[in-house]
Amino acid sequence: MTHPTMKRGLGGLGIASLFVGLLAGCSSDGGGGGNDEGGEDVTITVALAANPQMQTAEKLIADFKEKNPGINVEFTVLPENELRPAVTRDVSTNAGQYDVVMIGSYEVPIWADRGWIIPLDEYAAADTAWDQADLLEPIKNIVSDKDGTLVAAPFYGSSSFLFYRKDLAEAAGVEISQTPTWDEIRAAAEAMDDDANNVAGICLRGLPGWGQNLAAITTVINTFGGSWFNMDWETQLTAPETEEAVQFYVDLLRDYGQPDAAAAGWEGCLQSFSQGQSAMWYDDTVFAGSAIDQSIDGVSENIAFAMAPTGPGEVPSGWLWSWGLGVTASSKNADAAWKFISWATSKEYIQLVGNEIGWDAIPPGSRSSTYEIPEYTEAAERYADLTIASIEAANPLQPTVMPVPYTGVQYVQIPEFVEIGDYVSQQIAGAISGSQSVTDALKASQDFTDTVMDGAGYRD
Amino acid sequence: MSQTALTSPDDATEVVAVDPAAPPPMSRAEAWRRRGPLLPALVFTLALTQVPFLMTIFYSFQKWRLLGSGEREFNGGANYVAVVQDGMFWRAVRNTAVMTGGTTIACLVIGLGMAIFLNHAFPGRGLARTLAITPFFVMPVAVTLFWKTAMFDPSFGLFGFISRTLGLPQVSWLTEYPMVALIILLTWRFVPFALLILIAGLQSAPQDQLEAAQVDGAGVMLRFRHVMIPHLRPFLELAALLLAMNLIQTFGEIALLTAGGPAYATTNITYYIYLTAFNAFDFGMASALGVVSLVLTIALIMPMLRLLSGIFQTEGRR
Repeated sequence: MTHPTMKRGLGGLGIASLFVGLLAGCSSDGGGGGNDEGGEDVTITVALAANPQMQTAEKLIADFKEKNPGINVEFTVLPENELRPAVTRDVSTNAGQYDVVMIGSYEVPIWADRGWIIPLDEYAAADTAWDQADLLEPIKNIVSDKDGTLVAAPFYGSSSFLFYRKDLAEAAGVEISQTPTWDEIRAAAEAMDDDANNVAGICLRGLPGWGQNLAAITTVINTFGGSWFNMDWETQLTAPETEEAVQFYVDLLRDYGQPDAAAAGWEGCLQSFSQGQSAMWYDDTVFAGSAIDQSIDGVSENIAFAMAPTGPGEVPSGWLWSWGLGVTASSKNADAAWKFISWATSKEYIQLVGNEIGWDAIPPGSRSSTYEIPEYTEAAERYADLTIASIEAANPLQPTVMPVPYTGVQYVQIPEFVEIGDYVSQQIAGAISGSQSVTDALKASQDFTDTVMDGAGYRD
Repeated sequence: MSQTALTSPDDATEVVAVDPAAPPPMSRAEAWRRRGPLLPALVFTLALTQVPFLMTIFYSFQKWRLLGSGEREFNGGANYVAVVQDGMFWRAVRNTAVMTGGTTIACLVIGLGMAIFLNHAFPGRGLARTLAITPFFVMPVAVTLFWKTAMFDPSFGLFGFISRTLGLPQVSWLTEYPMVALIILLTWRFVPFALLILIAGLQSAPQDQLEAAQVDGAGVMLRFRHVMIPHLRPFLELAALLLAMNLIQTFGEIALLTAGGPAYATTNITYYIYLTAFNAFDFGMASALGVVSLVLTIALIMPMLRLLSGIFQTEGRR
């Protein structure tokens, strides 16, 4: 007997709560009230990637509101994989859902070229406290458009370097210099590879994806003297230097790499390295803090770092990445949007995070002043110097030995690269798994790349 | 008057059945008056199901690359030509067929075995049934992450642990046998689904025929072969159809387990469309892929659906 009544009761409750939700929505949207300048309250919507650094910004938003009364900030937080399609769809169709978008440095110049985000140089010049000159030069370059105009503000920046275990290196009798070569690393991997104890010599990204294995592989191609294209936009994937580099990477991974290599991305390597299952790891500088924090006892205190290994081409091989905050062209509140960006990428914000949350939680790699903060250099003692050295060594404008018509270190700064990169990364993952040879993988990659590039008009 | 009231219900139905002219011809107005209230629902359903499809067809005839150079424009059937000539697409079709077919067969075989086992009375059967059905209710993302690290991973996983304990060589499942690994995972997830349907089949087994066969001296195998299997056939067909329809759309498991690799070894049609639309942002091509794969899927599912309507008729006759 009680059942139907209860159901109806629950239904009523559901409807009631729906109305409450609607009312609450109305009241928060309609919240008026003047501010000090006497202007209207504005609300800006910010699309962010769900990573720890960005979630910190969300937590500290009260500080922004205190300094900027009259500006409400709403966050849309999405996982990195979903952020890209969601935001791209929104800005390309001029839907105007977001005022501030967080985009990777690969997208920044492309979006600027399409007119989806607006130039920030005037805002930056007027905002002297923000101190544009303090930005790290290579990072500033990758968040600027092709004419060098700043179009996004770097939230954090990173390069790649080598993580290794001091204790295992000592036990194996190898010494890893601060500027190792890939040959030295291969020898070290051979010495430290320990099947009996389930320790791989090195962990390298094998998972297909232009942002997964291909990022690491492209830096190896660069430092071996290879490239993606020559000055005439002819594909160089089957060139001897490129093939040698890819063969080296695949062999190193197959001989001394982590098991199930083609399924491991940075997530898998972080786990493997921090659990003591890999003696070395080549990956992003931003993971240094996480690796030390997450590692089991016995591993954590023995983690050391070195610059990205170099090959016969002898160009610095660390990659360069930044998450930038840009103002969409469809934003109706560009001034307020800049105020938010200025706050989130300022020196004061870094101080605020350090004091309120902790010095290991600050967004690193964007400003040189960050590396002069005593509390931070102490907290990041083991990797702060190498991080900034890696970022400053990277040259996104000339990443390769031979001159190339493109920019970007671990990617090629053209819209077609995602499609090409995903295909090539799949083929190389096939070589890592052993289902095809490196030569076949690169041959297929070369053909595919040629087909895409033929239709794209670079060679005309 | 009272006599009419006394007429038995059987008579009443007979009268209606005998008189074919009973429903008077409806006027157009009357027909619309009756149909009218249904229209909003019909329009709503059509709008929700058919408009997106028509838009997909429209987009599939356009050159529309969000990040590419050039404006959005009509390009004839160029996308369709590209799809048909695209070796990757046919590879994805093949992978989809292997994945769907392999998993469906494995689910039916294992599901039937488990259903027979769980159909016998034994202490703790309720608990065993609940446990057997649980995998189907765990979210696919959680299942996949669990399998990736806790089962397949050669260092941390259960499979690696077992082979180490037995002194067998280490197997890199996701690198060396990605498709087998995917089928194992999907089978684990979907066996309970087959189990539920087949257990219902076993419980409705014709006990009289089974007993008659036993009296006639038929052994367990003979009874299973000649009484049970014919009885279970519609249940097996139904399970196969529903499994195939579910499996053909697999996405999350692939994205998280192997990212479609290595060398596209586990890229199915769904994942390939995703890569084209949301990684390469080639919406025209992705729409054409969607339309072509819909045509292929219909071509595959239609014969199975006909089989299924056969099932309904057989059930009706019983």
